[in-house]
Amino acid sequence: MLQRTALYSAHQRLGAKLIDFGGWEMPVQYTSITDEHLAVRNAAGLFDISHMGEVTVSGSGAEAFLNSVLTNDIRKLASGQGQYTLMCNPAGGVIDDLYAYRLSVTVYLLIINASRIAVDVAWLQAQAAKFTGGELNLTDASHHYAAIAVQGPRVKEFINAVIPGASASIFHVAAVTDLQKNQIAGFHFDNHNILVARTGYTGEDGFEILGPDGDVQHLWEKLLTLGQPFGIKPAGLGARDTLRTEVCYPLYGHELDENTTPIEAGVGYFVALDKGDFNGRSILSQQKATGVKKKCVAFKMTDKSAPPRPHYPIWANGVNVGQVVSGTQSPSLNVGIGMGYVPPELAKPETQLEIEIRGRRFAAVVVPKPIYHKP
Amino acid sequence: MSNIPSDLKYAKSHEWVRLSGDTATVGITDHAQHELTDIVFVELPAVGRQVKAGEACAVVESVKTASDIYSPVSGEITAVNAAVVDNPALVNTAPHTDGWFYKIKLNQAAELNTLLSPDDYQKQIGG
Repeated sequence: MLQRTALYSAHQRLGAKLIDFGGWEMPVQYTSITDEHLAVRNAAGLFDISHMGEVTVSGSGAEAFLNSVLTNDIRKLASGQGQYTLMCNPAGGVIDDLYAYRLSVTVYLLIINASRIAVDVAWLQAQAAKFTGGELNLTDASHHYAAIAVQGPRVKEFINAVIPGASASIFHVAAVTDLQKNQIAGFHFDNHNILVARTGYTGEDGFEILGPDGDVQHLWEKLLTLGQPFGIKPAGLGARDTLRTEVCYPLYGHELDENTTPIEAGVGYFVALDKGDFNGRSILSQQKATGVKKKCVAFKMTDKSAPPRPHYPIWANGVNVGQVVSGTQSPSLNVGIGMGYVPPELAKPETQLEIEIRGRRFAAVVVPKPIYHKP
Repeated sequence: MSNIPSDLKYAKSHEWVRLSGDTATVGITDHAQHELTDIVFVELPAVGRQVKAGEACAVVESVKTASDIYSPVSGEITAVNAAVVDNPALVNTAPHTDGWFYKIKLNQAAELNTLLSPDDYQKQIGG
C-alpha cells in the first residue's frame, strides 16, 4: 500500500496523474510537464513535497554530533539559517543529501529524501549510540509535517498575502519576503506554527513550507487562489525533475549513492575538510588532493536525437566510458540534456561524447554546470 | 474525453488503423497522446521493413518517458510521416490526421478483424 500525503485529495481534484515515488503515491504531472516547468521558470509553481522526511536533532551535543556525521560545517549556521550538506559512510559514499537548518542554539531540523528516511534514521541512531560528546535527542518527525514548495520568479509578489505578518519564532523578519536565501523562520498561520524557508530545488527563487497537515492543505488552496493572477500552476514530480536537471542539482539514486562520493558527484563545495573529523573525511580529503576515478558531468545533445535517459551508455573515442544518470528533454532549452559519470580526463567542458540510444550513438558535448542559466 | 473517430479501427495498445485498399495508415490515439503528453521525439521504422502485428516498430518519447509503439497489423512499411519526425507536437495536436506515423501494405488482411471497433475501444479506455 502506497503512502499518501495530506494533499492527496487535492491532487485528485486537480486531475493529477499519480505515480509511485519511493513508496508514496505522488503527482507526476497535472496537465503537462512542459507547461508546469515553464510556469516555474516564468511565474510560479506549487509542489507537494510532504513525502520528504524530517529529523530533529537537539541537545547540547547536537552541533558536535551533526558535524561528525555531515560533510558541511554546521557551525557556520546561526539560528534561522540552513545549508545543503551530505551524510557519508566511512568510505565517503553518500548515504543521503539533505538540508540542515538551525532552529535555535541546540535544535536542528534535517530535511531528508523520502526514499532514504528508514536508512538515514537507522544510520543516525547507530552513530548517536556511539556519540559521547554531550546530550543528544534524535527524532524522526516525518509524520508530523506536511510540506510544500512554491517556486518561481513571481512568488515574492503574493507570498506575503498568503502568509501575512512578521515571523513569530526562530528568527525575526517583518515579512516572509524579508527572508534571505537559506533562511528559515516560524510564522503563525491559522493560529498554528509553520516553518518557512527560502530554499528550493528548481533554480528559481521560492519558499519551502512545513507544517501540520490541515494548515498545509489550507496553504495549498490559498497559494493557488492568491497566486492565480500571477500565473501559479500546481506542478508535479515530472517538472521537479526537469527543473533540477537543468540546474544540475543531484537527485539521490541518480547522481548520488552509497558507492559515490560528494567529490565525484561534483558537490565538493559542501564538504568542509577543515572542520575536524567526520564520517568519510579521510577518503574525501584524499580524493580532493589526488583526484577521482569518475566525475559527474553535465552534457547537451548536439545531434538531433531522442532525449537521453538514465542508464544509457556514454561513449568517447569509440570506448564505452560511463553511464547517463539523469537525462531528459530540457523544456527551457528544447534540447536533450543530462548528467553522467565519465573518467576525469573527459570531464572538461567542450569534450565530445556520444550517448547510446537504442543501439545507436548520438553526439553530445560536456557543458559547464548549471546547464540552464536564467536569461 | 477522448476523440475516437468512427471510421478507424483500434488496437488495445492504443494505435489506430485507417484502411485504404490494401494499405493501412497507423498512428496513436487521442487517448494515448493525452496520456503521454508533451511528445518531444518520434522514431519511425525504415521504409521497406517487414513488421508483424504486435511488433514494436516505432518509439514516441514524452519529456518523461520513452514508449514503444506496436504495429496493429503485419506487412511492409511503404511510407513514414517525415512531418511528425520534424515536429513531434503534431502527435499531440492532430493524432488522427497530420500526426500519423506510417503506412503499411497488409499481408494478413484477416488481422483487421481482431482490432477493436470505436465502441469497443471507448469501453477499453473507460471513456
